[in-house]
Amino acid sequence: MSAPVIDVADLDVYYGTSQILFGVGLSVRQGETMALLGRNGAGKSTTMKAIMGLAPPRRGRVSLRGAVISGLKPHTIARAGLGFVPEDRQIFPEHTVEDNLVIGKKKGPEGQDEWPIKRIYDVFPLLEPLRHRIAGRLSGGEQQMLAIARTLMGNPALLLLDEPSEGLAPIIVQRIGELLRQLRQLGSTVLIAEQNMHFCLGLASHATVIDKGQIVYAAGIDELKANEAIRRRYLAL
Amino acid sequence: MTELEAGRAERLAPVRNGMALQRYRDVLIALIAFAVLASLPLFTGSKALLDFVIRCSAYGLFATSLNLLVGYTGLTSFGHGMFFGLGAYSFGLIMQKLGVPIPVAFVATLAITALIAAVIGAICVRLKEIYFAFVTLAFQMLIHSTILSWASFTGGDQGLRGGIPRPAFFGIDLSNHVHLYVTSCALLILGLLAMRQIAQSPFGFTLRMIRDNAARASFLGIDVWRAKLTVFVLAALFASIGGMVMALFVSGAYPEFAYWTISGEGIFINMLGGVSTFLGPMVGTVLLLLLNDTVTRFTEYHGIVLGVVILFFALGLRKGLLDFVAEWFSRRRDAGEGR
Repeated sequence: MSAPVIDVADLDVYYGTSQILFGVGLSVRQGETMALLGRNGAGKSTTMKAIMGLAPPRRGRVSLRGAVISGLKPHTIARAGLGFVPEDRQIFPEHTVEDNLVIGKKKGPEGQDEWPIKRIYDVFPLLEPLRHRIAGRLSGGEQQMLAIARTLMGNPALLLLDEPSEGLAPIIVQRIGELLRQLRQLGSTVLIAEQNMHFCLGLASHATVIDKGQIVYAAGIDELKANEAIRRRYLAL
Repeated sequence: MTELEAGRAERLAPVRNGMALQRYRDVLIALIAFAVLASLPLFTGSKALLDFVIRCSAYGLFATSLNLLVGYTGLTSFGHGMFFGLGAYSFGLIMQKLGVPIPVAFVATLAITALIAAVIGAICVRLKEIYFAFVTLAFQMLIHSTILSWASFTGGDQGLRGGIPRPAFFGIDLSNHVHLYVTSCALLILGLLAMRQIAQSPFGFTLRMIRDNAARASFLGIDVWRAKLTVFVLAALFASIGGMVMALFVSGAYPEFAYWTISGEGIFINMLGGVSTFLGPMVGTVLLLLLNDTVTRFTEYHGIVLGVVILFFALGLRKGLLDFVAEWFSRRRDAGEGR
């Protein structure tokens, strides 16, 4: 097996005095799409923020392809090859779609440029006709695609997606799902934090389940599909 | 690949041309403004008017540099006046103690300011919002009390007395009132033009991006700390030039130049003129100095009048004067387009 792209070990994160994550660990290998599943408030977003350096861990270690990145500033982590798509998308609402994409442009950690804008439009055909539209006037689903596309423009070694299906209509969620399946086929390495298990079952290769700030289950996606007990205990509404 | 790059260049060309055009326009406006200001002594013998413009130059440079922090980066500094005082004192002391030519003292003062601003900035720009405001204020008080207590060097509460020597250089004699006036105008216009270039550069747009959402800027790969520190030092340099103009004008330096009220006036000016336009602080400077001069002629309680005016702007208009005018124009234009 190849070495993991990202390896998270023994992560403790606090907001003020209250502890949110308790020894969280997970790892994603090249080409995998890992789903980090859990209920609302389980610690999914905090794990993502801790990896990105936006919620610095008090204990534990995050390494990206063997190099320790925990404790670094978010911009250094971004330049080291982590591409973060936040829960609230954070596009630039007053700028055009294409400006939003160009802002995200940077070389990958090895100086590679695998995502020129033309390829972005090939993979995201919906964005091309919208390129001169003001991003704030796009629908939620279009904004989500734009946020993912903007992050890909930075040629990340690992894509972090925080709740990509949140607040979107089911038909749009399906479309985002297709897009992520396509990214997986293209060989992208992805970590998705999601509440929506069914959304992830169809597109992830592996799954990790988090509950009350601790990892309670980790396996291939087919095992999770077969394990009704875990699904009912931690993920059913 | 090359085809794509060509396409990209083609797409960006109008943007680049637009930027270049705007730069030429700015330079042209600056030249005209300088020509108008510099020819003023030909039409009027009023010393008071020229003095007023010199003071506007000093305060205008200071207030506009503060707007780089407040308006463009979202860093509300309550201690920006320290660099105004630092400029005045460094320049005055270098001229008095070393007797070097004025341009040398000018550059040396900028170097000193840059160094001190880099140290103070490195500590302050890590902090957010109100903490940044208070720590900058604390540094201002530190510099002010240093000036007060190091009396043997700075003259203490008496300030730098005995006048600042103003030897002529390149045919410019700053002890001549008109020469001093034209030099102040030139420094103002050059300073404004330089700050305008900074504000419209990619770096300037990075600052706006940080102001709007620093977390977003950082996960897109921008070193927020370094950008904030850079603008903190740049703003300090222009404030320092303002202080030097003031020191040349009064031929001395006084502890009030480094007191927190100077920072307070800078914030007032920005509130009066508005922070959403580049020239807002300049408008605010003229307003504040006009108010100061006219009101003090009638009453010693000018603070009350100023306070009422500030309240009117803060609570009534909820923006500065130039913000108000700019919005009015854009509303009218929208209405004209039938929107």
